[in-house]
This record gives sequence, C-alpha cells and structure tokens, in this order.
Amino acid sequence: MDAELIAMQLFSGVALGAILIMVALGLSIIFGMLGVVNFAHGALFMVGAYAGLWVASLTGSFWWGLLVAPVAIGLFGMAIERVLIRPLYRRSVDDPLLLTFGLGYVLVEAVRIAFGSDGIPFPTPPELAGVADLGIGFFPIYRLFVVGVVAAVLILVWLCLEKTRFGLIVRAGARDPLIMRVLGVDIAGVWLLVFGLGVGLTALGGVLAAPMRNVNPEMGSLVLAEAFVVTVIGGMGSLVGAVVAGLLVGVAISMTALFAPEMATIVMFALMALVLLVRPQGLFGKPGRA
Amino acid sequence: MAMLEIEGLNAWYGASHVLHGISLTVEPGEIVALVGRNGAGKTSTIRAVMGLMPKATGSVRFADTELLPLPAHARFGLGLAYVPEERRIVPGLTVRENLQLGLVASDGTIDERQAIDEIARSFPRLKERLDQQGVTMSGGEQQMLAIARAMIARPRMILLDEPSEGIMPILVEEMGVLFRRLRDEGTTLLLVEQNVEWALKLADRAVIIDQGEVVHRSSAAALLADKAIQERYCAV
Repeated sequence: MDAELIAMQLFSGVALGAILIMVALGLSIIFGMLGVVNFAHGALFMVGAYAGLWVASLTGSFWWGLLVAPVAIGLFGMAIERVLIRPLYRRSVDDPLLLTFGLGYVLVEAVRIAFGSDGIPFPTPPELAGVADLGIGFFPIYRLFVVGVVAAVLILVWLCLEKTRFGLIVRAGARDPLIMRVLGVDIAGVWLLVFGLGVGLTALGGVLAAPMRNVNPEMGSLVLAEAFVVTVIGGMGSLVGAVVAGLLVGVAISMTALFAPEMATIVMFALMALVLLVRPQGLFGKPGRA
Repeated sequence: MAMLEIEGLNAWYGASHVLHGISLTVEPGEIVALVGRNGAGKTSTIRAVMGLMPKATGSVRFADTELLPLPAHARFGLGLAYVPEERRIVPGLTVRENLQLGLVASDGTIDERQAIDEIARSFPRLKERLDQQGVTMSGGEQQMLAIARAMIARPRMILLDEPSEGIMPILVEEMGVLFRRLRDEGTTLLLVEQNVEWALKLADRAVIIDQGEVVHRSSAAALLADKAIQERYCAV
C-alpha cells in the first residue's frame, strides 16, 4: 500500500470530518445554549441538501444553492424553535427531545413525498470538478473546496462568538440565562437566533456533502449518529472540541475503510467508548456542565 | 412621584403563598433597608419586582411604569438594576467580560471603554483583575463585581440582596461608602439585609417584613434606636 493512497484516504477523512464538524457544531451550540438535544438535526441536514439541489436546479447554479439553502433552512429552523420548541421549555427535558425526534421523521417523509425515495445525483459543479496535484498526490478539487469553506465558516463562527456583543451574550447566556434577563437581554430572542444558526450550519453541511454522495431522504440518519459521536468525543458546547473530534472521527472512519472496511462503521463508537472511559466530559468539555 | 411603589403585592412559589399584600414605597435618591428574618419574604419581594417570581399579583410601579405585566428583561432598560444574593458572576468569562454584560442591553449611548475605566476607578480591586476569570476571585471581590456590573449602565435604582453576606468587614465598610456615594449622586437603593445594624446606619428609612407581610415602617434611625422591635422581628 503506497503513501499516496494513504495520503488521499487521509484527506478524504478530513473532508468527511469537515462535514461532520458543520453538523456537530450546530448540535453542540443548540444543546449548550438551549439545553435541547435536536434529534431533527440529521433530517435538517438532508433537507438542506435537497433545498440546495432544488435551488441549484432552478437557477442552474450550484452557487445559488450553496448560498440560499442554508439561509432558508436556518429561517425554517427559527420557525421550528418559535412555534414548536419554545412552548416546551418549561416542561421536562424529554419533551423537546421527543418533539425533534418526531419532527425528523416528518421531514424525511415529507421529502420522500416531494422528491421520491430514490437517491438523486447532485453533480459536482463544473468549476470544482477534477483533481489537483498537490505534489503528494491527486486530490479532488471539490473536497479541497469543502474543507476551505468549512474552515472559513469556523473562523467566522469563532469571531462571532469571541469578538462580538452577540457572542458574549451567547456565551454568558449558555451559563446563566437568568442574569442575562436581569441585565436586560431578551434571552428567548437569543435562543431563537442560536437555533436558526445551528440549523443553518447543518443545512450548509448538507449542501456541501451533496456532490460527494447521492442525495436521498435517509442521508441524515447516519450523519446524525456520527455528529452525536463527535459532540460526545469533543465535549458538548465546545467549538474547539467539535473541530478536533470531527476531524478525528472523519479520519478514523476513512482510514478504517481503507484497512478494514467491515470495521468502518464501528470504529467511531470504539473511539467514543475510549474517550468516555478516560475523559467522560469529552476532550474539551467541562466536567459537570448541566 | 415615588421611584418604586409596591401596592398589595402577592406572590407564590408553586402552591406556596409567600407574599401577602406587601406595600412599600421608595422615594428617589433614598436608601431603604428591607429587613426581617430569614424566609420572611424579603428576597421574594425583590424577585417579584424584577419579574422573577412564577406568579405575582398586585401592583409594582417603577417611575410610573407598571412592571408586573412586563417580561423580566424589560426592567433593565427602564433603569432598574438588581444584584442577586448569589452574585451570579458568569463562569468562563473574565472580569472585563462580566462588566461588559452590564452594557450589552444598553442602546450604545454609553462608551464601553470609558464606562469600564470609570468603574475601575471606583473599584481598584477589580482594575487589577480585569483579565482574570471572574469566578476565581474572592467572595468579596465577586460581590464588588456584581455591584459594578449592575451600576455600569447608570441605572436610576438598584435592588441589592444581602450584599454584605459572607464578606470581610473591611469590604463591608468600603461597600457602605460606595452606597452613600451612589445615593448622593442620585441613585436610589433598596437594600435587603441580614446585617441589620449596618443596613440601618446606611439607610434613610426601614421596612420590616415578617411572614410575607410588612409589619413595620419608620426612619432607619428610629428603628436603629428601637431594640425591642429589632429583637421581635429581626433576631435570628
């Protein structure tokens, strides 16, 4: 087995990890801020991919799909928070979980009705087709693009969280919503925006992932499981954790696929079990965070 | 016009009825001490004013605005600040960021850097620790930070819940000086305290609550002199 193949597989893992980071980051900030485990997150990833496909076929341009779908699905996410989830905040933590779990099924079935059960190919945009020779091997340009977009989005999210007034409110509100209300912040409005942001990120992940695989109504369920594993390994509510764990899981899956394909789906759970044994709060999580 | 006017305030925690028709007023520019035993209803009273009780009825007017129908977050913008008993310094944030939280809801008329400089002058202990994690400071310093955060947006009135609790006497003295200065600059204070003597020496007027009802109103000096009433309602 030559080094070039390993390098390419490693890079595939990074591209897969980049997608997982988009999904896990949204999952993680929604949980960190609202305390809601969003089981519809995988379905929203899938809806994002379909929305991207639909917009791209209407406009004839992948770029419009990439731009419009995450924003539209993010707004849809805000509607979900406002109408369906908000009435459940004062109730048991199981209620939003059950609601989003059911919502996930509703979305999958709705897409099945609208677009059919079969996978739809999502062509790689021609500008990004082909491979690039990086000296150590040939890498698909589209995957390089995906990694670049995800890196740019991560920097934006980080700047927003660490350097802006809104970010300060989010970080503080995740720890102590009561004091934020006392200090004049309409925290329910912040939750709405954070939910929309998290959903927009997973939808962006869906559009980005689409040209790397077929678009089908089930594509969200495996991603959701993988994203849960990423957030558990990285630590709930941690941006750095989501990034490190996303790359770790992506690379682990793709390297196992190369050496022991039958183990590829199990390896991430083994990784998770290992991390939980050594560091139950996750690599970058804070212990005892409720 | 009174700064704060509470009339017939009732409040409940679930099924337990904790306030039974509280009425009291605080005039602009005065310090009112709200005293009474543990569990008498002092904290519930200011929590109700801040919109933090699950259920409250009656009337609470702040500078002529009826507060009870408003959501909790609407009060800060009217100029009403609150320093909770638990201080609630936000973990994971520096002292500077905790101070900034006092300005996030303001409309941008206050220059942040200037406001923090000003606060740092009033609280030299915080000045040296601006980039330190807020929760790593001593209890007294955290209390100072909580007060600084509440006053940085220059509210018209501050409600303080047991600010002297568990704090070194020297800091309690400093706090007294600060409260007098705030009052002299025109800020109205409602001070809930267990440290009755200290509170009464600071305050202009005093109100005693017992079992969810107001049982005594007088000047602070008069209550300070009346050991019998203090003994009856405030003795631990």
